[in-house]
Amino acid sequence: MSARLRWRKFISNFMLTMTGVCAMASVAVLFFILGYLVFNGGASINWDFFTKLPKPVGENGGGMANAIVGSAKLLAAASLFGVPIGFFGGIYLAEFSGAKMAWVVRYAADLLNGVPSIVVGIFAYSIVVLPFKQLSTFPGAYALGLMMIPITLRSTEEFLNGVPRMLREGAMALGASKWKTIASVIVPAAYRGILTAILLALARVAGEAAPLLFTAFGNRYWSPGWNQPTASLPEMIFRYAGAPYEDWHRQAWAAGLVLLGFILIINILARTILARGIAMPRS
Amino acid sequence: MQSAGPIAGSRSFLSRLRDGDEIARLITFIFAASVVLITVLLVYELWTNSTLPRHKFGWHFFVTESWDPVMDEYGALPFVYGTLMTSAIALLIAIPLGIGASIFLAELAPPRISDTLQFFIDLLAAVPSVIYGLLGIFIIVPLMRTVIYPALNKPFGFLPIFKGPSYGVGFLTAGMVLAIMVIPYIISVSREVLLSVPRDQREAALALGSTRWESTWKVVVPFAKTGIMGSVFLALARALGETMAVTMVIGNTPKIAASLFAPGYSIAAVIANEFTEATGDLYLQSLIGLGLVLFLLTFILNGMARLLIVVTTQKGSGVAR
Repeated sequence: MSARLRWRKFISNFMLTMTGVCAMASVAVLFFILGYLVFNGGASINWDFFTKLPKPVGENGGGMANAIVGSAKLLAAASLFGVPIGFFGGIYLAEFSGAKMAWVVRYAADLLNGVPSIVVGIFAYSIVVLPFKQLSTFPGAYALGLMMIPITLRSTEEFLNGVPRMLREGAMALGASKWKTIASVIVPAAYRGILTAILLALARVAGEAAPLLFTAFGNRYWSPGWNQPTASLPEMIFRYAGAPYEDWHRQAWAAGLVLLGFILIINILARTILARGIAMPRS
Repeated sequence: MQSAGPIAGSRSFLSRLRDGDEIARLITFIFAASVVLITVLLVYELWTNSTLPRHKFGWHFFVTESWDPVMDEYGALPFVYGTLMTSAIALLIAIPLGIGASIFLAELAPPRISDTLQFFIDLLAAVPSVIYGLLGIFIIVPLMRTVIYPALNKPFGFLPIFKGPSYGVGFLTAGMVLAIMVIPYIISVSREVLLSVPRDQREAALALGSTRWESTWKVVVPFAKTGIMGSVFLALARALGETMAVTMVIGNTPKIAASLFAPGYSIAAVIANEFTEATGDLYLQSLIGLGLVLFLLTFILNGMARLLIVVTTQKGSGVAR
């Protein structure tokens, strides 16, 4: 073996090893984040965190029960707004639409998907907060719901298109009308993929703080009803991490662990159980 | 397609209406159209709610350095600088790491391992921005102060980019956090693009006697070049619009400094911090104007990214057939 060939082989092995190092380093970040959060957050998480309100500034203890409930309210309202638009819009694209209209809707959805979350927040502010002059749950949920639309829409379309033609033709040959075919054959055949995509969209907006800062704003108390400022976990983490109090940092870690745990569990469940064998489209 | 009836063409509008097809079409159409409507409305609101600064400052908005709510004077330059600077740092770190990792996943790793690692990468992409910010504040900021700053400032302190004191927060810290955040996007897209490169390209290179790395680096990667560029544009668009993590570690100081250790500000961060405090129409509209700038930047980058990715993956599948 000539020296030149040896050199080329060495370079080859070296560079390929380096790519492996890059891959391991990237994946290691995930485990580092998880480990650090469990280590720091696990030590400071307790029953109070889930059941108590935040204490006044300067007092130790208390929890984030209001933020947990607030996040749940925001996500529920966001889903009520975003999922139907995405789902039925996706049905239109896959089943009814002509090519031109489909292109326009897809283009709009892709555009919406790329809008930075803080800009979505500005939009929600100018269209919901300004007219009603009130920071509340509603504009926050509007912003989050908006961010769920593109993923829901595109994946509904994609999974409906993936349903085999034979199913469709079989139903129609039996005399079913088009919408009956869609409702009773096509959507049920594609529901696992669609549900997975919706769950992933939900997990994504669950961690968003930027669009909530000037819509749902935040609250150190319960926010009854839907038209008062509402606390949420991501927003609390942001405010607590930046505050100069040791005890608040501790709670920020706990909130981080709860939030990340929630998001990762949804992701893992959706991807491994619900979507087993289904290739998820990338957003 | 109207194959439900015996003779499709002869069915009257009324009979189709009775079946519910027309109603279903109308209802789903309303939902689909509302997506378009919302998107148009978003652009319209951003545009009309930022008329004041556009008329008052015009293009000077982008070259004015002072951001002074007391004097009611607003210039975007420090924020544009901070956004571009942090994103550039992020890409410098993320591109080699991300492309290296994607080469490993697409070319080297057995499918099983590659899929498992990709699963973790997908999870990494799902970690919310505030969590990165939290780790940034409590890990990278102290690390910057105690390890990275001394290591770079002592030997290279004569260079303007490593000059001056460090507070831990600043451009470099924000850039590093951003890098970690965008690496998953680069990996996922690049891996897919690399996987779409036809097999015979690799085999031809190997048959000609090239080593595995040579066939990868000189044949497969150039083939996938445009698509990989697309993944970088996508990552850049994410980095530019990233808010929470940057806000938490950039230092929030509207100044332009050559030093990477200096605290700065970014477009998204100033919107996040000052929006609720913005008193006065000009102040608020200047912030919305910044949002419009951010929107346009990401809009252009995302469009280019999508184009590049589509071009490459189609090229790949085209040749394979």
